[in-house]
Amino acid sequence: MRTTISIGACLLAISAALYATVRRVSSEPNDDAAARAAFMVAYQVFMHPRCVNCHPAGDSPLRGEDSQPHTGLRLRRGPDGQGVFTLKCTNCHQSQNHVGPHMPPGAPNVLAGGALDSTTPRWHLPSAKTPMIFQGRSAAQLCRQLEDPSQNGGLTAEHLIHHVSTDPLVLWAWNPGEGRTRPPLRHDEFVASVKAWLDNGGACPK
Amino acid sequence: MTEVEMRTVTFILNGKSTTVKVDPEKPLLWVLREDLGLTGTKYGCGMAICGCCTVHLEGDAVRSCVTPMSRVEGKRVTTIEGLSHDFSHPVQRAWMELQVPQCGYCQPGQMMSAACLLAQNPKPADTDIAEAMSGNLCRCGTYQRVRKAIHLAASLLIERGVAE
Repeated sequence: MRTTISIGACLLAISAALYATVRRVSSEPNDDAAARAAFMVAYQVFMHPRCVNCHPAGDSPLRGEDSQPHTGLRLRRGPDGQGVFTLKCTNCHQSQNHVGPHMPPGAPNVLAGGALDSTTPRWHLPSAKTPMIFQGRSAAQLCRQLEDPSQNGGLTAEHLIHHVSTDPLVLWAWNPGEGRTRPPLRHDEFVASVKAWLDNGGACPK
Repeated sequence: MTEVEMRTVTFILNGKSTTVKVDPEKPLLWVLREDLGLTGTKYGCGMAICGCCTVHLEGDAVRSCVTPMSRVEGKRVTTIEGLSHDFSHPVQRAWMELQVPQCGYCQPGQMMSAACLLAQNPKPADTDIAEAMSGNLCRCGTYQRVRKAIHLAASLLIERGVAE
């Protein structure tokens, strides 16, 4: 019996440590209700086509307001999320949006120091190893996925906040080019809701 | 009307250092065709959909109609004219052997995509070819000959000892 309890306690401790990779350690007591409410605010953005289209359930990127596959093109994620063979994302997508409807959108790459490289495009899906699927996920499923080390590729709270605050691909959602809608919140509201979720303990909706 | 700022852009075109003074946002396609006289690369849709304008940028099969010159600075670009100087590239040999083109307009793009595919996958299966060539449209419908020619080019590559 004692052995069983010890193993159980170890597993709980390991589990808590793993979850701490996204959930912030704080001396303040967690406010689960506030965390869940904040996540539900951010969830509106996570589920918008500007985000879902590059976080698909399948192996191919989506496009448009109704998240359809790229017509005709047999696009595939590839190991690094950059596409394969002749159909790599940046073969068409450049470092900025092209002017006009139905033209390829684009975003700039980030240099090692964090500065933007306006001559090199950044356009990709998450890697095959960590696909970070948003499409079709309920709020509870998405929240748990973001916190699950086996699915989030070692994401920490700081990584997540950095991604949603500064990644040119995320920022692009608020500058999506002609004919594409923006997410329902302002970018600063979105970032604040992600921070509020984490600051309040990162509890997931039920 | 604002005046466009011209900039000097130097890149390696078909193995030779090339310098042009252009609007850095001008698409590579129009620099190749209008400024440098390399008309083998074709204009199709201008929207990165049809694949007619495919060239290699650092080995990747980019759509030159949407690739700004600012991205090309310092990079290696290969066009259909630079695939080989004597039509000896396995893709060129296979295309001639099987008389792939009908009207021919899309074929430079088809060949550049085929060469890119074979450089990364020297023995592609039909499914690999269908996937990799899905971004190159042919209104004459030469798709089956294109597929056959890619298989032939793959065998020529093996003969040449490049693939194995």
